[in-house]
Amino acid sequence: MLLALFADIHANRQAFAACLEAARSRRAERFILLGDFVGYGADPEWSVDTVMRLVEEGAVAVRGNHDNAIGTPSESMNEVAQAAIEWTRSRLSATQRAFLAELPLVRDEDDRLYVHSEASNPARWRYVQSAADAARSIVATTAQVTFCGHIHRPALYSMSATAKMTSFVPTPGVGVQLLKSRCWLAVLGSVGQPRDGNPAACFATYDTETREVTYCRVAYDVDAAANRIRANGLPLWLADRLSQGR
Amino acid sequence: MVNSLIEPGAILDGFTIGECVHHGGMATLWSVTHPDIAAPLLMKIPRVAEGEDPAAIVSFEMEMMILPRLKGAHVPACFGTGDFARQAYVVIERIPGETLYRRLPALPLSYDEARVLGAKIAAALADLHRQNVIHHDIKPSSIMLRATGEAVLIDYGLSHHNHLPDLLQEEFRVPFGTAPYMAPERLFDIRDDPHSDIFSLGVLLYFFTTGVRPFGEAETLRGMRRRLWRDPQPPRKLKPDYPLWLQEIVLRCLEIEPARRYPTASQLAFDLGHPDQVKLTARAGRLDRDPLLTVWRRRFNQGIMMPKPKSDIAAQLAASPIVVVAVDTADGSDETNAALRQTAKRILASLPAARLACLNVLKLGRLTIDRTLDEEGHNKHVDRLVALKHWASPLKLDESRLTVHVLEAVDPASAILEFADVNQVDHIILGARENSTLRSLLGSVSSKVTSEAHCTVTVVRPPRAAAPAGPGDRDMPPVF
Repeated sequence: MLLALFADIHANRQAFAACLEAARSRRAERFILLGDFVGYGADPEWSVDTVMRLVEEGAVAVRGNHDNAIGTPSESMNEVAQAAIEWTRSRLSATQRAFLAELPLVRDEDDRLYVHSEASNPARWRYVQSAADAARSIVATTAQVTFCGHIHRPALYSMSATAKMTSFVPTPGVGVQLLKSRCWLAVLGSVGQPRDGNPAACFATYDTETREVTYCRVAYDVDAAANRIRANGLPLWLADRLSQGR
Repeated sequence: MVNSLIEPGAILDGFTIGECVHHGGMATLWSVTHPDIAAPLLMKIPRVAEGEDPAAIVSFEMEMMILPRLKGAHVPACFGTGDFARQAYVVIERIPGETLYRRLPALPLSYDEARVLGAKIAAALADLHRQNVIHHDIKPSSIMLRATGEAVLIDYGLSHHNHLPDLLQEEFRVPFGTAPYMAPERLFDIRDDPHSDIFSLGVLLYFFTTGVRPFGEAETLRGMRRRLWRDPQPPRKLKPDYPLWLQEIVLRCLEIEPARRYPTASQLAFDLGHPDQVKLTARAGRLDRDPLLTVWRRRFNQGIMMPKPKSDIAAQLAASPIVVVAVDTADGSDETNAALRQTAKRILASLPAARLACLNVLKLGRLTIDRTLDEEGHNKHVDRLVALKHWASPLKLDESRLTVHVLEAVDPASAILEFADVNQVDHIILGARENSTLRSLLGSVSSKVTSEAHCTVTVVRPPRAAAPAGPGDRDMPPVF
C-alpha cells in the first residue's frame, strides 16, 4: 500500500491542497497526517475540516504542538507563533477545537510509528536536529520505522544493528529503500512552511511493500498563501518567510 | 544467519541454487538459475555468521541498495535482492571471464594495451559517476571485460550513492578499502568526491604500465598517510622509454589535491583516446619526485586539503562537460563560424573545467578514390587542422582544454555522431547550413545530428538580418 505522509501543514490551504493533489496523482491509498495542522497560516478552518474529513475516510492523524496550544494556552511558544495561535483559536469552532484536543500524540501501525516531534517523549516536543537526537528517538521505540515532522527540514536517519547512526538529506523524487536490517527515523519536511531554503511544499510517500520512502516537493501558489496571511493581519514575517522557504 | 537456506538444489524466491563458485572474505558466490531468466546468474551471499567482520553486513546493505538502481553495460545487471530478515542476497548477471586480477602476472602491459584498457575503465567510471555513484574500490579484481569490449565494474560494497544514505559514513574509524589504491582524501573520510575513483584508476594505470604499485603495498594507516604528502616516483624514472603523454595522464590522476586531477572520468577517457593531443605539462618529463621542501610543506600544512562541503556529483559533472564544435572550413562560412565561436565562448566562459574539441569532417567521395594530397601537393588533413586551430585561437583557451580533430568520412553527420558517442561528448555545437541546392539534395547535417545525438545539440545561425522588404504589412499578425 502506498502511504502519503504530511507534516506541519500549518493552515496553508494552497500548499495542503497542492500536496493532496500530488499525492492522489501518485496513487496514494492512505493518508498519514503528522500534526501541526494549524498555526502560522491563514486558513485553519479549511485545513482542520479537510483533516477531519480525511480521518473520517480512514486517515491517521496525530497531534502537534500548535494543535495542542489551541486547547492548552499554557503551551510555551515564541511571540509570533503565540499571536498566530490566539488568532487561530478565535477562528475555530468548538467541534474543530475538540477534534484537535482529542488527537493522539502517537500512533503505531505494523512496524511503523507516527509522531509529531520524536518518540522518546512526544509531549516534550523536542526537535530532531542531529544523529544523536535521532538515536534517542529510535531506541525509545520498538517500531522499525518512525515518521515525524516538527523541525520543517527533511532528513533521514538510520541505526545499524551495532547502533551506528547515519544521517542523510533526502533527494526529492528519489526513493530510498528502508532496509529491514536497520531502524529508521524519517523526518518529514513541512507542507505549509518549509524551512530548508526550498519554498516548495514537502510531503513523502512510503510503499509498505517495497519499503521505499520518497520525499516529494510540490510547487504551490506561495503568493496567494502569503496574501491571505497579510490580509488577516497576522505577523508579516509569517507571509515573507514562505517565499524564502525558511 | 540461516545459511542453511543456501545449498545446491535449494530454491530461494524462485532461484535454484547451483554450485558455489567463489568463497571470499566478505561473501560467497553461487551460480543460480531462474525459470524466467535466460542470462547466467550469480547469487551473492554475505558472510554474516557469528565472529565474521560486521563490515560485511554494512557493505552488503550498501550493495543491496545500489545495485538494483544501476543501468547499462558497465555494471552487472541485478535480478533480485533478499533482505536480512530471512536470507540476504543479491542476484546479478554472471559475466563470463575473469577479473583483471588475472592479468597481474603479465605486468607490465604494453603502453598501448594499457592505454586502451584504461580508456575502457575510464568510460565505465564516467557512466557510473553519471548515475551518481562513486565506486571507491577501483582495483584489478573489481573490473571485468565483456566479450563486447566494455569494462564492467563489480563489487559495490564500499560505494557511495549521492542520492542514498551512506551507510558506511560512521561505520569505521579508519577508512575502509583497498590500501594501495585508496585516494589520499579518503583518509579524511571524504566519500563524496568522484575524483577519488580517478586517483584509483591512476594507481592501476601506473601499476599496469610499470609493474610497480606507486604507493607500495602498505596496509597500515601510517603507511597510507604518506600519500598525503609524498608523490610517487615518476614512471619515467622506472622506465626511461615511458611515453611523455602517458606520464602526463598518470601523474595527473595521482595528484594529491583532488581538484588538480582530471575534472571528470570522461575527460580522462578522452585523453586516453587521443594520446597525440594530450597537453604536456611539467609532469610529462619529470624524472624525480617533488623536492623535500615541497613534501615538508605539504606534510606540515595540511590545510591545503581541508575537507570541503558536501559535493554534488551531478553538479560536478555538469560543470566539466566535453563540448564539441563542428567547424566548416569551406569558403563562405565565415559568418557562421564567427557565430559558432561566439556561442562556444559563452559556454566555456561559464564552465572553466569544460573542454572543447573542434571537429572538421574531410568529406570522402562515395565512388572516387580520395587522395590525401590536393593538386598542389598540400596535405588536406594538415590544412584542415591548421584551419581549426586558427578558428579556435581567438577563444584563447588553455591548450589543456582544447583539441582539434579532422575526421574523414563519407557522411559528415554520422562522423560527428560517432565521435560524440565514442568520446562521451556532453554537448555538440554546429552551424545550420544556409538554404542551398546542396542542402536540399543532401539533407542537413545539423538536422540529422540534432535528431540522432545522445547529448545536447545547439544549432547556431549567424546574427539575424532584417527581413527583406515586402509589400505592405503582409507578414504582420492579424489584429482582433
